[in-house]
Amino acid sequence: MMSTLLDVENLWVRFPSRNGVFDAVRGVSFTLGRERLGIVGESGSGKSMTGRAILRLIRSPGIVEADQISLDGTDLMKLSEKDMRAVRGQRISMVMQDPKFSLNPVMTIGDQIIEAYRLHSAASKAQAYAKSVEMLEAVSIRNPERVMRAYPHEMSGGMGQRIMIAMMLIPNPEILIADEPTSALDVSVQRQVLSIMDKLVKDRGMGLIFISHDLNLVADFCDRVLIMYAGRIVEVCDADKLHDAKHPYTRGLLNSLPRLDVPRDRLDVLERDPEWSVALSVSARV
Amino acid sequence: MNKLSVNGLNVWFGKQRDRVNAVKGATFDVAQGESFGLVGESGSGKSTILRAITGLAPNWSGKVELDGRAIGKVRPKSFFKTVQMVFQDPYASLHPRHSVDQVLGETLHLHGFRDIDARVVKLLDDVGLGQKFRFRYPHQLSGGQRQRVAIARALAPEPELLLLDEPTSALDVSVQAEILNLLADLRRDRDLTYVMVSHDLSVVGHMCDRLAVMKDGHIVEILDVDALRSMKASHPYSKQLLEASLG
Ligand SMILES: Nc1ncnc2c1ncn2[C@@H]1O[C@H](COP(=O)(O)OP(=O)(O)O)[C@@H](O)[C@H]1O
Ligand SMILES: Nc1ncnc2c1ncn2[C@@H]1O[C@H](COP(=O)(O)OP(=O)(O)O)[C@@H](O)[C@H]1O
Ligand SMILES: [Mg+2]
Ligand SMILES: [Mg+2]
Repeated sequence: MMSTLLDVENLWVRFPSRNGVFDAVRGVSFTLGRERLGIVGESGSGKSMTGRAILRLIRSPGIVEADQISLDGTDLMKLSEKDMRAVRGQRISMVMQDPKFSLNPVMTIGDQIIEAYRLHSAASKAQAYAKSVEMLEAVSIRNPERVMRAYPHEMSGGMGQRIMIAMMLIPNPEILIADEPTSALDVSVQRQVLSIMDKLVKDRGMGLIFISHDLNLVADFCDRVLIMYAGRIVEVCDADKLHDAKHPYTRGLLNSLPRLDVPRDRLDVLERDPEWSVALSVSARV
Repeated sequence: MNKLSVNGLNVWFGKQRDRVNAVKGATFDVAQGESFGLVGESGSGKSTILRAITGLAPNWSGKVELDGRAIGKVRPKSFFKTVQMVFQDPYASLHPRHSVDQVLGETLHLHGFRDIDARVVKLLDDVGLGQKFRFRYPHQLSGGQRQRVAIARALAPEPELLLLDEPTSALDVSVQAEILNLLADLRRDRDLTYVMVSHDLSVVGHMCDRLAVMKDGHIVEILDVDALRSMKASHPYSKQLLEASLG
């Protein structure tokens, strides 16, 4: 039996407004072991909100509710904001969907990585510099010394994403939540970033929550997949069985993809059943 | 006969030390009614080729012919009746304070049409939006709906050649399928010619008859879709790209 790192039970993310409450995440339950857990679904299905809610990073007026979000027996829902900050820095890291917003625009990239590193270790500045360059190399950044001197706006989206991944890996977290970490990257670079994360799961026993809208990528890369629709988990399956998924929503998404090996005149268009959004969330706890 | 013929196209940005040679000696032909793909990593020069053809990248040399006639530095209005472009980002390409009706109406007016009202109605039907979207603003539309408006705008002057720059990259796969079906229908019904940029080989495989593989501003190989489907690229870089995309 795989050990459970994180146990999320009945998670809701609600946004109250003048027109009533909008539930962005509705009763989602899952566990995470030392595995690569994929979350897929269309934009707006609640993937990012699920990831952010684990770290209690939902901005007001949004509200997070859950029976528990248990990290190694500690219920994160019950922690003070101060204790939660320690969890965020050290134990669970998140790579945000838009990395540009997560980097400080007026600080060089080098200073930011060094600062992040020294927050978690007693390393000297020189050691931290060397470690930072090494981390940038680990995420396939070709000219790390130059990048250390650069500011975030000088970086392309793909570079920014790799820099964020490098920074997130420095504290050696138990869990990494990666929100569309490779969507802005070319396939070749995408492979490199995935293999870095893969290595961390295999070598360090890290748990990875990998959020993506790319079904093929998730089928390829992850161990287990949650499929989200309208804030709910509609189906859970082993990643290598994703192409045999049963739920009509998952099937619809798969069939809408063009395929090189199966030429077709027309692509299937997803027919949405109102039932999908009212049905109960499927549990992905093991 | 070739709808579009590009011969030894060079495109550059900046001067002297800052000069970037974005496209180097690109050569390809696109037959009337054909759908031609451009693939390659980001920064390889795909968009720049489209932009040079439409006059959005002013520094270029080489020969570009439309219907056998060379395009000069300054494009006459008639050029944009024949050639239209659709961009990747449906959020950035529509003016936020112009309603769908204004966007289409102004484009039609610009191209000298009189029966604007009837044409707006028809365009909205043709791209599968219908009349209830006519007076909406971009923020009231989903990404897929915006891309349909952008396609309707491109169709307004009744062009013959559409340049499509990653038209579905910003969309969900379910919406992508709708837009790709729409583009395929429009090409068939109107005998359009397409040049389509995509980083997704399966999208190009689905939409195109032939494709050019680009790397660092060069076209390294032109292959037909059967060669793509059977993984029969000959240039090492295209092979690598194909393998990477299959995983
Ligand atoms: N501040 C907010 N107020 C109200 N609704 C929001 C807010 N932020 C996000 N949402 C909604 O929550 C839903 C889920 O969003 P998100 O988790 O970002 O989707 P995904 O990451 O799957 O694309 C969306 O419908 C989105 O519009
Ligand atoms: N307006 C511009 N000014 C300077 N360089 C540019 C400009 N537009 C594109 N480039 C450069 O030209 C090259 C090709 O870019 P582009 O055609 O956009 O690539 P692709 O569409 O294949 O991703 C890149 O190196 C890019 O940085
Ligand atoms: Mg998201
Ligand atoms: Mg481009």
